[in-house]
Amino acid sequence: MSRGFLTSLAAMIVILAALPLTVSLFGLVQATLFIAMATLALSQGFIWGYGGIMSFGQSAFFGLGGYVYAVAAINMGSSTAPFLLAIVLPAAFAALLGYFMFYGRISDAYIGVITLTVTVILFNFANSTAGDVWHIGQAALGGFNGIPSVPPLNMPGHPDMALDPAQLYGVAAVLLVLVYVLLKGLLASRFGRVVVAIRENETRAMLLGYDPRLYKTLTFALGGGIAGLAGCLFTNWGGFVSPTVFGLQEAAQAIIFVLLGGLGTLVGPILGAVAVEYLITIIGTQQTINANLMLGVVLLVFVLLVPKGVLPSLEALLRRISLGHSRAAQQATAEVRP
Amino acid sequence: MTLVPLLQTTGVTMRFGGVTAVDNIDFTVGECELRCLIGPNGAGKSTFFKTLTGQLRPTSGHVLFRGHDITGAPSHEIARLGIGIKTQVPNVFNGLSVRENIFVAAGRGKSIRHARETVDQVLTRLKLTDIANRIVGQLAHGQRQWVEIGTVLAQEPDLILLDEPAAGMTYEEVVRTSELIREINRAQALIVVEHDMQFIRMIARTVTVFNRGRILIEDDVERVLTNQAVRDVYLGKAAA
Repeated sequence: MSRGFLTSLAAMIVILAALPLTVSLFGLVQATLFIAMATLALSQGFIWGYGGIMSFGQSAFFGLGGYVYAVAAINMGSSTAPFLLAIVLPAAFAALLGYFMFYGRISDAYIGVITLTVTVILFNFANSTAGDVWHIGQAALGGFNGIPSVPPLNMPGHPDMALDPAQLYGVAAVLLVLVYVLLKGLLASRFGRVVVAIRENETRAMLLGYDPRLYKTLTFALGGGIAGLAGCLFTNWGGFVSPTVFGLQEAAQAIIFVLLGGLGTLVGPILGAVAVEYLITIIGTQQTINANLMLGVVLLVFVLLVPKGVLPSLEALLRRISLGHSRAAQQATAEVRP
Repeated sequence: MTLVPLLQTTGVTMRFGGVTAVDNIDFTVGECELRCLIGPNGAGKSTFFKTLTGQLRPTSGHVLFRGHDITGAPSHEIARLGIGIKTQVPNVFNGLSVRENIFVAAGRGKSIRHARETVDQVLTRLKLTDIANRIVGQLAHGQRQWVEIGTVLAQEPDLILLDEPAAGMTYEEVVRTSELIREINRAQALIVVEHDMQFIRMIARTVTVFNRGRILIEDDVERVLTNQAVRDVYLGKAAA
């Protein structure tokens, strides 16, 4: 278990560190987008795979993170506070929404419906903020067109030293690793074990003295904060944010990342996000097939053929192979003996 | 000062629409008592348990635990006060290992070290050490029952409710369960719901008989089991 974690961590660090040495600046910018999406995937993978909360609208917190960063950065000049706000505000919003859902004892299916509705509402709201009336401080919300020229992250305390694309990649890479380590640590902690136990059997957890409502609300809030961070990275990647961050495509992608990579793992969703984004990039540049159509096909294939996702299926395969080997070895020795 | 009973219910009634599952139950259990609850299917035993653990809020009446009114309090708060329950249909964490199941139960409000010690003690006590790393969902029914009993023990409650602990167990397992119950009873109070008469004879001192949501009789085990009314409702006329 812990060896698996160290292996994944080492692999992740090596790949992320080696990338700047091997790809062009354009490739690095692409990788920054992949990292933002992988962070969103971690958020979805954590609350769904471990917390058992099926959110159909992680895009709500993703988009909120993007918008909060954009608005705050335009108003504040320096990026440190906007960066933190882009995590804290979506987390607080998720905590509030989670409070009403979990303390209101909403059943699982309706949690999907409510989160989906929330992201649709935010999408429509952001879409209708065109015109001079809609501004927060100096930041015009811009309706359908969104907010252009968002100031990039800068060195903490030095508003004049904005990060260049390579530095932004570095920050994003470090943050992805940090989120991964944070979640792994949390899952190994007592809190994390209870979260998983509640996913397994809410009644038993309750009868043992744990309040599932509280644990689920905290899990959901943390997921919201991570999605907010992802949105902040996404806005930094493009220097721009528009209502599409709240869109259904974003919401669906987060789920596809997790389904593809493997529900109940953390590395799986990261791999899923990178694979899907890479696929979209390739298809997008070729312009021969519609990317959404391709995504739909991929989803169908996976749900039907690899329902557990890539990572768990691979693990099962490896286990079977090694088991087969040890059995073959046993048979061999058994045949030799007589 | 009068002695406050461990658990006391006064006039507890549970209605579902027109059906009265539990009807005006006055019931008292003392510290470190071992009480058996028997009665035919549908007599209201499990429903009564649910009103004690907060899974159901009684339509009327009160439940007092050491004098505190816990009527309809949330289950997790009642659990924290010191009531543990093994439910009729096993409620375990199927996707986790035996050790993880016990650890989650032992972990609340204790230091990690104390929790680990509790886990090892419970595993040894229930002879689950050999299968500690197995996933609970893959175990046999009897073993899963014990895992659930293990989680309840690890919680270290003062009152343990066991809803059909011997169901689906082999004879040897039943004997071990009865020994375990008597051993637990040295320090903790228990209320045991059971159908298995052999099992009841192994453990029981005082027995309360439920019938149609009411208490039919509450007495010493031998007198209850020889009572004609009990034979009629419990064993059925044919057996009498």
